[in-house]
Amino acid sequence: MSAKPILAAALLLALAAPALAQGVASIEARQKLMKANGADTKAGVGFLKGETPYDAAKAKMIFTNMHSVATKFGGLFPADSKTGNKTTAAPAIWSEPAKFKAAVAKFEADTKTAMSANLDTPDAFKAQFGAVTANCKSCHEAFRIKDN
Amino acid sequence: MRKALVVVATALILGAALFYVLTIPRRIDPATLPTTSNAAFDAAAAAGRGERIFWAGGCTSCHAAPGAKGEDRLKLPGGAPLVTAFGSFRAPNISPHKADGIGAWSLADFANAMQRGVDPDGRHLYPAFPYTSYIRMTPTDIADLFAYMQTLPKVVGKAPDNSLSFPFNIRRGIGLWKLFFLNDTPETILPATATPAARAGQYLVEGPGHCGQCHTPRTLGGLGGLHTSRWLAGAPKLEGKRRTPNITPHASGIGAWSASEIAEYLETGFTPDYDSVGGAMVEVQSNMAQLTSADRAAIAAYLKAIPPQPKD
Repeated sequence: MSAKPILAAALLLALAAPALAQGVASIEARQKLMKANGADTKAGVGFLKGETPYDAAKAKMIFTNMHSVATKFGGLFPADSKTGNKTTAAPAIWSEPAKFKAAVAKFEADTKTAMSANLDTPDAFKAQFGAVTANCKSCHEAFRIKDN
Repeated sequence: MRKALVVVATALILGAALFYVLTIPRRIDPATLPTTSNAAFDAAAAAGRGERIFWAGGCTSCHAAPGAKGEDRLKLPGGAPLVTAFGSFRAPNISPHKADGIGAWSLADFANAMQRGVDPDGRHLYPAFPYTSYIRMTPTDIADLFAYMQTLPKVVGKAPDNSLSFPFNIRRGIGLWKLFFLNDTPETILPATATPAARAGQYLVEGPGHCGQCHTPRTLGGLGGLHTSRWLAGAPKLEGKRRTPNITPHASGIGAWSASEIAEYLETGFTPDYDSVGGAMVEVQSNMAQLTSADRAAIAAYLKAIPPQPKD
């Protein structure tokens, strides 16, 4: 048995490794951002249900956090991050980039409006929160593969 | 030689006769249908109650145009094809249009389609239409649903025919399948301590909701009926390689979800981690959102009461 094929394979792996690592890093980063969005949504629902006493400063923080997610999120889909690390990103992100960009831009705009809005009352918060979280479902329907 | 031919011919004729008899479409005994012709029957009240059954039954997910939103979900010309290993199933027009939909049907026609899988021409319907679940519905709910559906917009146009591969394209064969797999026994036995809410949920889930059709694996490698000893444990999807999730109260299912979290998911589409609903469940959840909170709480109570199942 010759060592050549093994060497060739090792060389290929060595070349591919940085690219692979980069793709996985993007996937991990965007998963982390979505987790953060989930935690902020949970906090917001806590206000709406009256489980946590309403706090306008914290309410603003929710939207500020989400806006920060929105600004970073769109840049985390390099071509080498289509698969791996249990990603649920849908191929449509890469096959329909303009639509995906528009969806992210809408989330960015809605969170910006919400963080700059008057959030003195729970009702004011509720209106902004509804507009912001409507983005979750519409974007996920088009750009994520999930079974439940 | 001649004798052998006679034997073979006789066997073939007897076999064909047996197949014919076994696959004769069986209809509901008309005496058990609710009567809607007497003066006491209030069609408007029935239609009002029927709306709840309509959403519980998820009619719109297969029969409305793909991606329909809002009022368009009440227009039912037949939706996106259900592409499976057997071929492509097309849901028909079930709007109250007289020629293209079910506008000319009687309540008996409707009940036989819903609960026996037999159309007014006496043809077997494919079990892609979940009559194996709907058979558990009460006659009153069937009548109410029928009354409601007659109030929906009439939509012109026939849906395309199914395109199925042999032997699944032989409708008569479904009669044989029904002999084994069509029954109205409960899918699961709830513990004696189950609450009235869990029992109400059992009706919604096992009857109109037909949750098991996607969340329970089938016997005979997908050809058979629902594998009730693996009830709601998650199953391969009809449309492809992926799986539907386990929704039993097991650690590998949704055991970590509280009853109120399940009810909230059905109402808002958010999981306990505030991830949003996905896949074919998006459509289902938007139907569930139309139910009352009591109905959603009942479904949740049932899902907490059924036997936990590890996932495959």
